[in-house]
Amino acid sequence: MPKRVESIVLHDSSTPVLGDVQKGGNVVLTNVETLLNQARANSLWPLTFGLACCAIEMMSTAASRFDLSRFGSEAFRATPRQADVMLIAGRVSKKMAPVLRQIYDQMPEPKWVISMGACASSGGVYNNYAIVQGADQIVPVDVYVPGCPPSPDALIYAILKLQDKIKRSKASKFQDLQLIELEPRRLEEVSA
Amino acid sequence: MDLFRDVVRPMIAGLGVTRRRLAREKITVMYPEEKRELYPRTRWRHVLTRYDSGLERCIGCSLCAGACPARCIYVQAAENTDVERYSPGERYAARYEINMLRCIFCGYCQEACPTGAIVLRQDFELANYHREQFVYTKEMLLEPLRVPAAVSAP
Repeated sequence: MPKRVESIVLHDSSTPVLGDVQKGGNVVLTNVETLLNQARANSLWPLTFGLACCAIEMMSTAASRFDLSRFGSEAFRATPRQADVMLIAGRVSKKMAPVLRQIYDQMPEPKWVISMGACASSGGVYNNYAIVQGADQIVPVDVYVPGCPPSPDALIYAILKLQDKIKRSKASKFQDLQLIELEPRRLEEVSA
Repeated sequence: MDLFRDVVRPMIAGLGVTRRRLAREKITVMYPEEKRELYPRTRWRHVLTRYDSGLERCIGCSLCAGACPARCIYVQAAENTDVERYSPGERYAARYEINMLRCIFCGYCQEACPTGAIVLRQDFELANYHREQFVYTKEMLLEPLRVPAAVSAP
């Protein structure tokens, strides 16, 4: 009997990776959570939200030299209904903010946001009346990418980080969902 | 309509382009496994360098903070004493913080620095999950000592 069978039977719930015997993943009967996480992490369809120059780098990330389809993210969607991750690429002006929020609300759960570049993450050099100082004032951001603009490698690194986060999260308890649902109630409390 | 002339031949011609391109060298960089060679003057993550003696180059003059167009650098200087000596000059940076989310990696700080203390190196893997993780403190930016026992007064 081979030695590896022991480690297959033992199940470690810390970060089970599908088919990864070394980490104690359940190979034959994987749990649903792992399966869901794997499916979600490896088919992140980005929503094109190119607002400024960062969009050029976002496009070149999808092009052949860096080839985002190696990570299952090649299908850039122009409609929020079919997208999983929103790539905010560029500075968010105050006029764009309600649009950003509406498009985020139209995305189906589960959804994630990557704030790409200095302007989207914090306002960057545009510390003025026209630019929102960080997209996380409008939508919850999962991964921030510094850079002006971030190179395609840096964006791929952020997408890999997001995949890590999704694989570590509990698919059954989607915590971000609860956070968003709390949001309108809090607004009512403030206005009441 | 001629089926061969209008349908089959253009398809074969189109696939011929695909076949020719398949034979060419692939240009995709397999990023997480292999990194592409960056240009020598690529500007990414900041590093505060040291002299060979192990003393910090930064003298806390705040010229980098003044040159920064995004105002993302904060320097608080303190006086060196003979007992506690960090840099060869009179003063050293007691606190040195860079907000990496504000920074646009323009390299003006590197240009403004009179002692060549702050340099922008090629580490681009900076993405992270929380805002608080992006304020890089002096401990994070400072180059590690090459030989830990080599700290001595100049």
